[in-house]
Amino acid sequence: MDRRRFLLRAGKAGLGVAAIGALGWWAHDGQGPSANIGQAEGVKLPSFAVKGTEKRLAVIKSSHRVPALRAGLEALGGIGAFVGAGHKVVIKVNAAFATPPALGATSNPELVAELVRLCLKVGARQVVVTDNPINDPASCFELSGIGPAARAAGAEVVLPHPGAFRPYTLPGGRLIKDWPLMYGPLAGADRLIGLAPVKDHHRSQASVTMKNWYGLLGGRRNVFHQDINGIISELGRMVAPSLVIADGVATLAHNGPTGGSLEDLRPTDTLILGTDQVAVDSVAVGLLGLKPAQVAWLGLAAQAGVGTTDYESLNPTKVELG
Amino acid sequence: MRIVTTRRISQGFFLALFLWFCVVATVGERLWQLRGWPINWFLELDPLTGLTSLLASGSLYAGLWWGAAVLALTLLVGRFFCGWVCPFGAMHQFVGWLGARSKPLKERVQRNAPHPAQQIKYFLLAFFLGAAMSDLAARLALGQVAASLAGALALGLVLLATRQGQGGRAYALAVGLVLAVWVAWSLLAPHGGAWLLAGLLDPIPLVTRSVNLVLLPLVDAPARVAWPVPRFYQGAGLIAAVFLAALLLNLWRPRFFCRFVCPTGALLGLVGRHALWRVGKKRARCGACLSCDGACSGAARPAGRLRPAECVLCLNCLDGCPENDITFAVKPSAGGEAAPDLSRRRVLTGLGLGLVTPPILSLSGVLGPGWNPALIRPPGSLPEDEFLRRCLRCGQCMRVCPTGVLQPAGPSFGLEALWTPVLNMTIGTSGCQPRCTACSHVCPSAAIRPITLDEKLGNGEYAAQGPIRLGSAFLDRGRCLPWAMDRPCIVCQENCPVSPKAIFTRVAWETVLGGLIAGPSSGNELAVSGKALKPAALASGDYYLQSGAERARIVANGAHSLGLTHGTDWRTPAPGTPLSVAVRLQRPYVDPARCTGCGICQHECPVSGKRAIRVSAENATRERSHSLLLKGAGPG
Repeated sequence: MDRRRFLLRAGKAGLGVAAIGALGWWAHDGQGPSANIGQAEGVKLPSFAVKGTEKRLAVIKSSHRVPALRAGLEALGGIGAFVGAGHKVVIKVNAAFATPPALGATSNPELVAELVRLCLKVGARQVVVTDNPINDPASCFELSGIGPAARAAGAEVVLPHPGAFRPYTLPGGRLIKDWPLMYGPLAGADRLIGLAPVKDHHRSQASVTMKNWYGLLGGRRNVFHQDINGIISELGRMVAPSLVIADGVATLAHNGPTGGSLEDLRPTDTLILGTDQVAVDSVAVGLLGLKPAQVAWLGLAAQAGVGTTDYESLNPTKVELG
Repeated sequence: MRIVTTRRISQGFFLALFLWFCVVATVGERLWQLRGWPINWFLELDPLTGLTSLLASGSLYAGLWWGAAVLALTLLVGRFFCGWVCPFGAMHQFVGWLGARSKPLKERVQRNAPHPAQQIKYFLLAFFLGAAMSDLAARLALGQVAASLAGALALGLVLLATRQGQGGRAYALAVGLVLAVWVAWSLLAPHGGAWLLAGLLDPIPLVTRSVNLVLLPLVDAPARVAWPVPRFYQGAGLIAAVFLAALLLNLWRPRFFCRFVCPTGALLGLVGRHALWRVGKKRARCGACLSCDGACSGAARPAGRLRPAECVLCLNCLDGCPENDITFAVKPSAGGEAAPDLSRRRVLTGLGLGLVTPPILSLSGVLGPGWNPALIRPPGSLPEDEFLRRCLRCGQCMRVCPTGVLQPAGPSFGLEALWTPVLNMTIGTSGCQPRCTACSHVCPSAAIRPITLDEKLGNGEYAAQGPIRLGSAFLDRGRCLPWAMDRPCIVCQENCPVSPKAIFTRVAWETVLGGLIAGPSSGNELAVSGKALKPAALASGDYYLQSGAERARIVANGAHSLGLTHGTDWRTPAPGTPLSVAVRLQRPYVDPARCTGCGICQHECPVSGKRAIRVSAENATRERSHSLLLKGAGPG
């Protein structure tokens, strides 16, 4: 009887010894942590450009945004040329600041809503409206009117949250290296449309559709302001959008990019749409009284092959809606 | 239905309602958002909140009159609030039940025996009342009737509550002496102030703060109902430590906090000890099974001489008596009643300590020359003295703040400011959003008075007085990139939300590279020698080639060549001309006349640790003596 008990106990003890040993073996790490501990795997950003729509540009003169958007898309071949049935469409708005729409520091909510409706009308499966704003994200989307307008039009509004960011490296890039990119809303997207107001910017002279991609970056992205022209041109290289739209119906001509007063706005009655971001922004800086050659980031982006500052060479469709 | 089941349903209902109010305190119109939910109702019900606020500030703001209703009802039925309504009490009751459920009757009777430490709560009550009425005599002299009446009520309550008996004359003498010294001193003393310190341990502010700033951020991080991004509160550990200690001590003594600490319970006990209806035995002699003592939440000893002030009306005794010998009636208990275990001396000591505490804490000069410029208060905050008379430290403002810029002040801000709201520009999602007034509208005691957007922004009828300033931004030129490191930046200027901007720039040229010599040129290309350049490093658009007093912008560069753009006044330098490279810097300056102290610049500053531009409380609107600029002087 004693022997049996002993064997039983010895067996249990042996199991314990084996279990502890196995756990130690399994958990053992002979190397120690590497230098790049805690880094998630990087993502790649596909091109969202639609084949056959290259070098399209339309400049619509109008003081009304919604008819201008319709006319502009018509001039580019219709929304159907860019968005098709079953597509997931991401609209990257500029919701940087928690200011009301009338102050023009953020994408116009009516314009956002109309674009959402048009995408859904041609059969888009899902439309996501997103940005990683500068001010408090929830306040930005609510106060700018973009959140309520986009939701009412049937879009999903995605705010930045820690899980949405993944490290990204721009191939051949100098600044965007292993940097947090707001990849969450872009995952599985078929189309990406940029929609930004035309704004004065003291450091870079102008903020339009290329600068708008800044809102896809996370982390302490403001360090890039040391080389603002370099980062804007890299943002242009990073994103190959399906379409970009610059809203210069009213231009934030002073005190940008925040504005804050109606007196900072100037009516310029222009909506610019195109597939060449450099060309669209080159038209847009004209609304601020600048020539493309004066704006360093346009030159750098053109040099890098993102597009052309000589927008007339694209034979833009010009429409006056009166 | 059993009466204790009814009580448990009531406790569960009010606890759930309380937690619901914590969850919905998010700005928004959806059902689970703020809309019109009365999220301050529990704070308002707490009579100590109202009483101390009335004593210290002289007014009973908005819904704080609910506390009077609770006091009145307590006069009729005793501490119903503790046993049936208080959400913190419900938590204690539950944890206490967990700890006692498997204990034998003998041990439970032992744990529920009256303990001398139960008088600590009366001491604390006296202390907090004292601190809130420290300068009441001065206010009385100023004719503040409401506060004076409340003071008389509080004093009378505390003094009458102390045990009657021998030495009445000596007692009256002692009281008279204390009062005389107090009146004389508060009229003469240079260090005024009467502060609402009660919020440190007042149960409803304590539980509100703990749920809002500790529990909710923990459980909401994955759920993202209350906030879209994870929320941080500095010093949450200390708040949690108090909360967890209060909860876990129930395992040692049921309703530990209620029995030994709760100053609101003490107040309700004093008011309700002669309640019209009360718990009591029907017969003086019963079977003495002690099952009532074993079940008594408040350690009120129902089997013996009952202590009505300790009875929290849980009615466990009534429910559990095998002889059905306990009742809730208009008669005193047949077993006799005992006054609360109060020593007159201790209560007077508490009161006296309370009275001297604000003046003692004021000695560090917090309201005068020792004021702390890091104490940036939310927009609409009253001047610091008035603020400390009203702030309950409940954390509602910090809960509702959409950016999380509002934070509980830690111990470094002093005991008087502990857990009051202070702006921390780096921990939230932004600075104080210019078009938000949420905190001023949820503040239950108007320490942050309600303001309109027009008042905050200085629009409309407020145009003449200008916007509400929380402080002013100051540049730290030793940390600022364009000031100290020859790097362009001006993120602060870009993000300044004021129009015209409160941050402006002046252009400066700094030579960053010398010793270059001009070579041959062709068009806009210029060959240079003397030094090898790092290809493309000067092509960012911020660097310029200098030749004498003239400059041309560098748009491309190789190791020995530069691509330039230039105006008409640039003359291509002849070969052999000495050249240098300069960086064009826009250096930021703050205009304190425009700066509102919102802190958005500080939040965005790329110097990620200690920022190169920081807000401090100088020039805040709420303290005229801290203003910075002379009116009507200077070019602005």
